[in-house]
Amino acid sequence: MPHVHPSCSLTDVARIDLDLAHSYAANPQRDTDYALRPMKMSFEDGGAYALLGPSGCGKTTMLNIISGLLAPSQGTVRFNGVEVTLRSPQDRNIAQVFQFPVVYDTMTVAENLAFPLRNRGVASARIAARVGQIAELLDLNPQLDRRAAGLSADAKQRISLGRGLVREDVSAVLFDEPLTVIDPQLKWQLRRKLKQIHAELKLTLIYVTHDQVEALTFADQIVVMMQGRAVQTGSASELYERPAHPFVGYFIGSPGMNFLPARAEAMSDAWTIAEQRVTVDEAMRSASGSEQQFTLGVRPEYVAIAQPHAAGAICAQVTQVQDIGTYLLLSARVGEGEHSAIVRARLHAESTTPAIGEQVWLSVVNAQSCVYVDDRLTERVEAAAR
Amino acid sequence: MKPVNQKAWWLILPVVLCVAFSAVLPLMTVVNYSVQDIISPERRVFVGTEWFAAVLRDPDLHAALLRQVIYSVCVLLVEVPLGIALALSMPAKGWRSSLVLVTVAMSLLIPWNVVGTIWQIFGRTDIGLLGATLVKMGVDYNYAGHAGDAWATVLLMDVWHWTPLVALLCFAGLRAIPDAYYQAARIDGASKLAVFRFIQLPKLRDVLMIAVLLRFMDSFMIYTEPFVLTGGGPGNATTFLSQYLTQKAVGQFDLGPAAAFSLIYFLLILLLCFVLYQWMQRVGHEQGQDPMPDGANG
Amino acid sequence: MDRHSVEDANVATGDAEVTHGTAAMKLVLDHVAQRVGAETHLYPIELSPVPGALTVLLGATRSGKTSLMRIMAGLDAPTSGRVLVDNVDVTGRPVRERNVAMVYQQFINYPSLTVRDNIASPLRRQRAAGANVGDIDARVNAIATRLRIEPFLGRLPAELSGGQQQRVALARAMAKRAPLMLLDEPLVNLDYKLREELREELTQLFATGESTIVYATTDPTEALLLGGYTAVLDRGELLQYGPTPEVFHTPHSLRVARAFSDPPMNLLAAKWTPAGVMLGDGVCWPVPHSLTHLASGACTIGVRAGALRLTRREGDEMLQGTVSLADIAGSDTFVHVESAVGTVVAQLPGVHLFALGAPITLFVDPMKLYVFGADEKLLHAPSSHAARASIMQSH
Repeated sequence: MPHVHPSCSLTDVARIDLDLAHSYAANPQRDTDYALRPMKMSFEDGGAYALLGPSGCGKTTMLNIISGLLAPSQGTVRFNGVEVTLRSPQDRNIAQVFQFPVVYDTMTVAENLAFPLRNRGVASARIAARVGQIAELLDLNPQLDRRAAGLSADAKQRISLGRGLVREDVSAVLFDEPLTVIDPQLKWQLRRKLKQIHAELKLTLIYVTHDQVEALTFADQIVVMMQGRAVQTGSASELYERPAHPFVGYFIGSPGMNFLPARAEAMSDAWTIAEQRVTVDEAMRSASGSEQQFTLGVRPEYVAIAQPHAAGAICAQVTQVQDIGTYLLLSARVGEGEHSAIVRARLHAESTTPAIGEQVWLSVVNAQSCVYVDDRLTERVEAAAR
Repeated sequence: MKPVNQKAWWLILPVVLCVAFSAVLPLMTVVNYSVQDIISPERRVFVGTEWFAAVLRDPDLHAALLRQVIYSVCVLLVEVPLGIALALSMPAKGWRSSLVLVTVAMSLLIPWNVVGTIWQIFGRTDIGLLGATLVKMGVDYNYAGHAGDAWATVLLMDVWHWTPLVALLCFAGLRAIPDAYYQAARIDGASKLAVFRFIQLPKLRDVLMIAVLLRFMDSFMIYTEPFVLTGGGPGNATTFLSQYLTQKAVGQFDLGPAAAFSLIYFLLILLLCFVLYQWMQRVGHEQGQDPMPDGANG
Repeated sequence: MDRHSVEDANVATGDAEVTHGTAAMKLVLDHVAQRVGAETHLYPIELSPVPGALTVLLGATRSGKTSLMRIMAGLDAPTSGRVLVDNVDVTGRPVRERNVAMVYQQFINYPSLTVRDNIASPLRRQRAAGANVGDIDARVNAIATRLRIEPFLGRLPAELSGGQQQRVALARAMAKRAPLMLLDEPLVNLDYKLREELREELTQLFATGESTIVYATTDPTEALLLGGYTAVLDRGELLQYGPTPEVFHTPHSLRVARAFSDPPMNLLAAKWTPAGVMLGDGVCWPVPHSLTHLASGACTIGVRAGALRLTRREGDEMLQGTVSLADIAGSDTFVHVESAVGTVVAQLPGVHLFALGAPITLFVDPMKLYVFGADEKLLHAPSSHAARASIMQSH
């Protein structure tokens, strides 16, 4: 599907640059006064980005600033170097899909899709052709003459998306948690459709979500946000393998990363993890550097059942084994009482597991473990020896 | 099969008695009168449907009916668009919103005969603000003498009195529209007119239905305000149906035809409202269902 | 499941606080159906949720979950059929007499009462009705601590976040200690991570066995994470009811397989011949010896996304195609492959990068295939999982 760029510098959006902060208070003093803390961010042309974070982290605020529905209290937004901070949404050549499907009830599907073009005075023949193209792309052809109001939620979301894509001068499409009201079965299909559109139309897509599966499957680059700031930006595998902040380790992955308090002693071949003395290989020991106290992070996918007293393994008591269809989730308690922690391991669906209440040894220090000091990733243990 | 609790019926017995006493019995009395010729309280003759036939043939009644229909249509044509326009321009949030709401609603609180009196004085050419101003501007205005001026004044009074009701209903309806619709419309580049036509008006459908029904019923039964303002004059230019009925029943003490006419009046309103309601429901269904924003659940 | 009533247990441990019976409810739905006008919302359903355990109602939106829950609660009466509670017919008895607690997806709390008053409200009502509820404040504090909302006891619900409001609603439901607790998609309006956390807490809270819990959801993964028993609903019909792993691994029909799998199971139309299973376009897989008698003619083969592999093992069958899409979801990669038999989705562990249109060969163990007959009923399910399910149950 050819993407036609009318000649206007704004439509060939090569980059979206943000250099701003946003606060609802008149004179923000502390970090907590800001909805978005001072930040700089860039979105390259044609990329698929996800803004991922819990509610209240500022991702929808950032999206609305990019689309023009909200003006930042300080700073600028630039499209391709041109400042658009105060321009209205219709002058920015963006399209937005909202959480709840927005369709014009009194119009048919075809009229819905034609609406943005009619408002801009495009010729009727052109409108008909364009509507046909977009309906084909979104599988809306069989329903073109039906009233939009009576359709299912996922059809309505496709119509909302179609209204954005039908404009030829659109260079960025923004999504605000669009799959919220869609059934899980249909979410798959709609996600596939979005990726197809991305591949075919080569638009910049910015997607806001709190669902990490959606973010990881959809985006090339993911921005993890927490309390108004971007904690880490990277590809799915980067965020997965090397989370720069424990929050990223916790937020990405289902279930999130296991965190255990650990101590290294000088001149010792062992670490004390959750009050247990664990022998650690030399190559791995160097990961902690000269730090004494740190937090050990390891994903359940990389925790394996080990031989008793093996290097890098801790002893725990099994509390639960869940069959999740494609894998088993083992939960075990390390330590006693107040200082105990739950460690989770993802095991292959065919594995044999100990019974509830039994002791199990879990390998937690391995090539994929991460060491955090003061909430920062110091170094990830590279696979020197296995 | 299932034990049903009958105790609740006893609780509504007092209400049933009150309604029976104040509504059902008088209605039955009217039905009784409508089939009798009451020459004097002691002498009554059963005449069957004669009164109904006479009433339906009465040319004065036809004239009053015509006037009434024209009046109700005018009222709807003016008040509904004006009410919507007023609701659209009222602020949505903050202290200003509360202030405007109270100011707008004030005319609804005034007793109806007081409304008539206010406008009676307002329209007087010697001391009334409206009358005197118009006369000074050179307009030959006299609501007591000219039928046209009387009509205009009665209509204006009704608009002043009742448009706020339509406005308040529409205001509530507008607040129920989620923000996302307006945001999407901005991005689609829709003009204010398009926003009104495609978003606000469809979503106001239910509210407008209530507003139209209420205004139609009330205007069709209107009595106090025009009676106080013009007394039905000049001549019978502003004699609407209810006033005609009262003239017949109370003025001439012709209970038989008056009773028959009341029944016809009652059934007429019922019929017109039913037709109106069905029509609006059908229009609504053609536009399809609109699921709740939080997603349908099974 | 033979359980002592909680009353007995309480007496045994010396806790004589609660005197009215709170044994888990034995609920039986006997051919319960519901019609509204010309629409059938529920076809005749027979369901007896296991007392004291968690039953998940799994189905898409509009499959009848909420209608069924409302009948269980007594909010609606069924058009036909009976509802039996502890062997007593309560059909038509209003909800006020049924001692049921319900949690909705919209965080429903009394908006003008503080959190403390919200949680205490059922206890106060029970005390007014004459039951001995012990020290209300202590019980409220205990429940609030369990649900981690004691810092907010003095606040109004409107001042709390969504997750906290739902915890208040849960606390209120649990304070009632009703024999039947109904939860209608309670976590669906919460963030992904909040949902995970709360779901884990719920599994622990429900494990006490005090009440029969019925939990409605559209998400198959949530059903698997909650465990217990699952009833699969589709368009008003109850398709299957049993322990969750069993229903997942042994779906009785194609409809159940479609409703209860995430990612969706690959369903391939095939013809079953003595020579082998003929899939589209000349692909023929030999039939394992033990199954040759199973069927003949048209059938459907089901392959789970996780059963398709990149590496070959002894006895595997082969499927060739081109990559049309590759999704990376954390630690797994979902590859959409266009092959001779149609589009299949494979779930591969680890992160794999594929170029669009690249050729790919997938392998599958024929013993891992599901076979559904022409009537859409299950003819064969991979045995290892059923065996595993029974092993897990015995623990």
